[in-house]
Amino acid sequence: MGEKKKRIEPEITGIQEIIEASRRDFLKKAGISGAVFISGAAAVFAGYRHEKSKSKEKYVQVLTTDNKLVKVPADQVEGYTPGLKQLQERGRDGIKGKKWVMVIDLSKCRNARKCVEACQSAHHLRPYEYHINTLVMQESANTPAYFMPKPCQHCDNPPCVSVCPVDATFKRQDGVVLIDNERCIGCRFCMAACPYSARMFLWEDPRDAEADKGNEYNIELNVPQKKGTISKCLFSSDRLRENKLPYCVSACPNGVYYFGDENEDAVTNGTTKETVRFSELLKNNGGYRLMAELGTKPRVYYLPPKNRIFDFEKEKPADKDFII
Amino acid sequence: MNSQYNIPGLEQEKLETAAADILMPVRINRSFILWIGFLFIALAFCLFVYSIQLRKGLIVTGLRDYTSWGMYIANFVFFVATSLVGMLISSVLGLIGIKWIVPIARIAEIIAVAFAAIAGLVIVSDMGRPERLANVFLYGRVQSPILWDVTVVTTYFVLSLLLWFLPLIPDIAVARTRLANRPAFLIRIYEILSFKWVHHEEQYKILNQAVRILLLLIIPTALAIHTVTSWLFAVTPRAGWDSTIFGPYFVSGAFVAGTSALIIAMFFFRTNYRLQKYITEFHFERMARLLFLVSVVYLYFNLNEFLVPAYKMKKFDAIHFQELFSGDFALLFWGIQLTGLVLPIILLLFRKIRKPIPLLVISIFIFAASWLKRFLIVVPLQGHPYLPIQYVPSAWIVYKPTLIESTITLASFILVLIIITLLSKLFPVIPILETVREGSSPNGSLKHIR
Repeated sequence: MGEKKKRIEPEITGIQEIIEASRRDFLKKAGISGAVFISGAAAVFAGYRHEKSKSKEKYVQVLTTDNKLVKVPADQVEGYTPGLKQLQERGRDGIKGKKWVMVIDLSKCRNARKCVEACQSAHHLRPYEYHINTLVMQESANTPAYFMPKPCQHCDNPPCVSVCPVDATFKRQDGVVLIDNERCIGCRFCMAACPYSARMFLWEDPRDAEADKGNEYNIELNVPQKKGTISKCLFSSDRLRENKLPYCVSACPNGVYYFGDENEDAVTNGTTKETVRFSELLKNNGGYRLMAELGTKPRVYYLPPKNRIFDFEKEKPADKDFII
Repeated sequence: MNSQYNIPGLEQEKLETAAADILMPVRINRSFILWIGFLFIALAFCLFVYSIQLRKGLIVTGLRDYTSWGMYIANFVFFVATSLVGMLISSVLGLIGIKWIVPIARIAEIIAVAFAAIAGLVIVSDMGRPERLANVFLYGRVQSPILWDVTVVTTYFVLSLLLWFLPLIPDIAVARTRLANRPAFLIRIYEILSFKWVHHEEQYKILNQAVRILLLLIIPTALAIHTVTSWLFAVTPRAGWDSTIFGPYFVSGAFVAGTSALIIAMFFFRTNYRLQKYITEFHFERMARLLFLVSVVYLYFNLNEFLVPAYKMKKFDAIHFQELFSGDFALLFWGIQLTGLVLPIILLLFRKIRKPIPLLVISIFIFAASWLKRFLIVVPLQGHPYLPIQYVPSAWIVYKPTLIESTITLASFILVLIIITLLSKLFPVIPILETVREGSSPNGSLKHIR
C-alpha cells in the first residue's frame, strides 16, 4: 500500500499544481480586467462630470468685429464678476509677463496730496489710514527739504513677506506685494519688519464696515477692509488688470508719477500720459531707490528733488497740519 | 540623580519626617480655597476685559501703526525669559553634579512650566485675529521666525512638564500611602499618577535614564526658545533691533529674570509652607552667588549691546540712544539698569546681603526691572522709524498702554499664579526622596554645607 501511495502522490500534486496555476492565472486576468474596468469607468465618469460641469458653465453671446454672433464663457468677458475663489487665485497669481515699476519725480511734488485722497477713497480708508502718504523730508539742516510720496516699495527682497507666518502677504510674479486679509492673523510682524513703515493695521472696524457688508473680497483692491488685519498699498492691482494706471498715479495733478512695465522698459506719466523709456528716465535724472543699503530691492524708484518747479517754503505745511 | 533610591536603603525615620514635613502643605484648606477663588474671580474679570478687546479690536490698546508692538509683546518676551530658569537649575547645574539644587529644582521646573505655558497664551492676546490661530498650522511658512518660536516654545513646555512630572512619580508613590484625611479625589489622582510605582530598582533605572535624556534635550531647546524670541526682533532691519548679539543678550537676561523669580518663589514656599528645614539660608546664599554670576554676564552683554553702537552713533542708533540715555525713556532706562543690574551686582558682593530677606528684596527689584527692560527693548525704537511719522493723529505718535491692555497683561500673571498654586499645592514642592537621599537631614543641617 505504501508503495502505491508513493507512486500516485506526484500525479496528484501535478494536478493540484495545474489547478493552482490556472487559479492564479484566472485571478491575475480577473484582476487586470477588473482594474481596467474600474479605471475605465472612472475615466468615463470623470469625462461625464467634466462635460456636465462644462454645460453648467455660463455662456454669453458676443458680437465679434466681423459681425458674427459667438458664444463665449462668461468669465472671459469683461464685466463678469468673478467669485471669491477666482479673485483669490488670480490675485495670488498676478499678471503674467509684467514687472511693474513706479518712478516718483521728487522735483515735481508740491504736496497736493491728491494721490493720498484717491487712494483712500478707492480702498475705503480714513484720512489718517495710509497706503500712500506724502512726507516732508529733510536729511540735515544744510540739505534741501522736499516732499516725498511714499507708497509700499514693493521690494523684490521684501522683509515683510519673509517674516509672515501664514503666507498672508506674498510676492507675485508681476512684482507686486499683496496682503490677503482673509488669511492674515494680525500678528503685525510684517509691520515690524518693514523699514519704510509702509503698512497699516485696521485697529478698529474699517471706515466702510457697514457699507461693504456682503461684498466679495477682492484681494487686488483689499476691499472690504477687515478689522484686525493688515492693509497696504497694492500698486492698484485691480486697475492694472484693467490696463489702467494706479489710482494715485492718475490722480496726481503735478506729473510726479510714472508707472509701467520694466520688461517693456516703458513708464507712463500719470498726469501727462506721456510714455518714456524707464531706463533713460532713471539714467538722465539720477534715479535711486530708498534705503538701497538695506538690500530690499524696491520696485519704486525716485528722481532727486533737484531743479524743483516750485518754492518749497511756500508749499510747506504748518507744523499743526502734520497732526490730524 | 543617583540610581539607588531603594526605599529600604533610606533611613526610614528620615524619610518619614521629610515626607510628613513636605506633604504637610499638600492639602485643601480654607486659605487655599480663598486664594484660588480670588485668583479665578480676578481672572474672570480680566477675561471680561479681554472680551472688550475681542469685540472692538486692538483699538482699545495704546498700539497704533508706528508702535505696533507694545506691552503684550514685551510681556511675551518676559514670560519666555523667566521660563528659562528651569533649564538653568535642573540641567546646567544638575548635570555638572551640583547637589544643593535638589530641594529647589522642582520649584524651578514649576516656574518653567507655568511661564512657558502662559507665554503661548500671551502672544494670542496680541493677535488681531486670534480666531485664525489655526492658520499658523494650516498655512505655516517655515521661514518665519514665528513658526520657529511656536515650535520651540511648545517643545520646551512639554519637556519642562515631563521634567517636572517624571521625578515626581516616586514622590507621588511615597505620598500615596501618607495622605490620610485628604479629599478622596486627590488620593485617586495620586493613585493614577503614581503608575503603580513600587520603588523597584529597575523602575529607578528607567526613570533616571529618561530624566537624563530630558535634561540633555532641554538645554538646546531652552537656548532655542529665547534665541528665537530675540530673532523676532533681530531679523528686522530696524535700528535698535538689528543686532547680532540679540540671542545671547536675551538668553543672559533671561537667566537674571528667571533666577530672581526662583528666589522669590523659594522665599515664599519656605515661609508659607514651613520648609525652612529644607530650603535653608545656605540655598539662598548659593542662589545669591548664582544671581551675581548671571547678572555679571548680563552686564557684559549690556555693555556690548549699548556701548559699541553708542560709540559710533550712527544716525538712527543715535536717535534711539538719545531717547534712552537722555530722552523720554531716560528715567526708565537708568532706573532699570541701576536697580535691576548694577546695584544688585554691587550689593551681592556683601555676605550680609546674601541672606533670605535682603535677597528677596533685591530679587523683587530685579524681577520688576526685567519686565520693564523687555518693554524698553520692544517699544522706544518703534517711535523712531527710518521715515518720519507725519499726518497722523497725535495719539499715534507716542505709545501709552491703556488700562485694558494692562488688565489683560495682568491676566497672564494671574494664570501663572494659578498654575504655580495648583502644582505646588496638590503635589510636593520639594522632591522627598531625592532630598532624603542627598543627605538632607530633617533636623536642620544639611550634610553638604561644609
